[in-house]
Amino acid sequence: MNGRGQIILGIVIVAAALAAPLVFPDFRAQIAMLWVMVLFALTWDILGGQTGYNTFGNILFFGTGMYAAAVFQRDGGFDYFPGLFIGMGLGALISVALAAILGSMILRMRGHYFAIATLGLGIAAGEIASGWDYIGAGSGMSPPLFPGAPGISYIFFGYLFFGLALITFLLLAWVYRTRFGLALNAIRDNEDKAEAMGLKTDTYKIAAWMLAALFLGLCGGAAGNMLGFIDPRDTAFAGATFGVWMVLMAILGGKGTLWGPVLGAFVFHVTQEILWTHLLGWQRVALGLIIVGIVVFFPQGILGWARTRWPERFGHRVETS
Amino acid sequence: MLDNLQLFVDAPFLLIQVLLDGILFGAIFAIAAYGMALVWGVMNVINIVQGEFVMLGGFITFQLTLWGIHPLFGIPVAAAVLFVIGIALYYGVIRRVVDKDMFISLLATFGLSILLQQLMNQIWGGDVRTAQSGLGTWFLFDYTVTVGQIKVVACVGALILGLILIVFLKKSRLGQAIRATAQNPRAARVLGINTDKVFAATYGINAALCGAAGSLVVMAYSVHPYIGLPYTVRSFMIVIVAGLGNLPGVILAGLGLGAAENFAAFILGAQFQVAFVFCLLIVILVVRNTLLRRKRKYLK
Repeated sequence: MNGRGQIILGIVIVAAALAAPLVFPDFRAQIAMLWVMVLFALTWDILGGQTGYNTFGNILFFGTGMYAAAVFQRDGGFDYFPGLFIGMGLGALISVALAAILGSMILRMRGHYFAIATLGLGIAAGEIASGWDYIGAGSGMSPPLFPGAPGISYIFFGYLFFGLALITFLLLAWVYRTRFGLALNAIRDNEDKAEAMGLKTDTYKIAAWMLAALFLGLCGGAAGNMLGFIDPRDTAFAGATFGVWMVLMAILGGKGTLWGPVLGAFVFHVTQEILWTHLLGWQRVALGLIIVGIVVFFPQGILGWARTRWPERFGHRVETS
Repeated sequence: MLDNLQLFVDAPFLLIQVLLDGILFGAIFAIAAYGMALVWGVMNVINIVQGEFVMLGGFITFQLTLWGIHPLFGIPVAAAVLFVIGIALYYGVIRRVVDKDMFISLLATFGLSILLQQLMNQIWGGDVRTAQSGLGTWFLFDYTVTVGQIKVVACVGALILGLILIVFLKKSRLGQAIRATAQNPRAARVLGINTDKVFAATYGINAALCGAAGSLVVMAYSVHPYIGLPYTVRSFMIVIVAGLGNLPGVILAGLGLGAAENFAAFILGAQFQVAFVFCLLIVILVVRNTLLRRKRKYLK
């Protein structure tokens, strides 16, 4: 896709996204969730796709943001909107700090050891949250009610998440073109060589994780308020749903590309919303099947497949004899 | 928390009780861990579905008790059923990811673990299940320490299974083929070993071991569709600490982990036991990585 095509596509998507909650009032909740999914996939891809460090534990930052915002709203004594925004900021701050501290320990591991350590992080966080009385332990927390009519909250949060996703996307589009993005790709392609070239690989990896944590923390703070209830294992640190979906959406769309995670999130979320209602009780069985299917038979993702199918459209020269 | 520590001072026999319970529990971890080490060493796959195999073995034994069969017969039955499931999963899924990037196999087995979890949830429901073995309890030290006989049976059973496995790997033709493949798959192929079949057998044996462990778990403790992952993580930790192909190390690490976990659960409260397992995982990985880094080696 060339530059102008991308810009036109971008404008079309922005226009459609702005109009969507007004045109389809029945699907406001699903549309808002769609932008959360896009955020999930985009932030996962920073480390998972671009840097080649596959994490299972990014859900940690989402849940941390969720709890931090809810606790601040409960104890901060602010009105709803100032409380929400300061809470989101606080959640993001804590998430970024966590990413820096934990990252400096576990990002020094390579490959699958890192993946398993992050898997442990996500689940440990959920277990600790469900045993900690200050944040409601196993019975969870309820963020304050959204002021205004019931339907309005989804419009507000829908636009909020869309704004966040748009900012994330544009920022990443810029970051991936800078030296920083190139360094991440170098780490993915061959970390030892990157290090030998003088790149401080640990610093780059930690910074990339902090970037993911920033947006996941913001997203989590608002998501807790939109969902209206925070369960430690099923919403905040939901490793078996949100945590896996992140990975799955990025891989489905094509990891390591800018548009891949967005595309994957769209395809996955729409399929899921259509299928889920027909699969009463069997949704998660289907999820397991989908994971295995995608990973085993379609690991290159939609964009990866398209790139090998039509290389010229992605700017690769093909020699024909 | 400090009150719980004070209890140890007031009643020293509690120390023995907690330690004994932990060690008996740990023996079961060791079996699942040995299966994981086998698959990891031979196929270079980290099998996240390990814990779900354990749970499935437990549920199969539970199902037998519903049909009026004594749960001790569940050990061979669960092992046999799981062997078949393991072979089927190998030919269906694992075979296609063995030679790929390790993350692909990690994610594929993670998907399998979600699939099995949810299938078990659909079949047996989300309740905690146990199978009554009808064995009694021993009382030691003037009735201050109690030991469920079934826990001792489970521990001894675990050790026997480990022994059978060692003999099998050392003496039998297939066991030798498995060890040869672990050392060098290409050389093994050159010498006429069908490595595909060896992989299938390895994966099946691992599943069978987990199934047997599961039926010990359901008799001595309890099973639930969603507590498989802690067993996977325990196996992983034990293998990391003991190293691949070191059975005495695996058993020792298993017993140690069981004891550590039981003490943590006693002191911090049972609701933090699983959290402790996962935090310990991270601590072990970080410590090991720092140690390796000092020698300019990486965890690879």
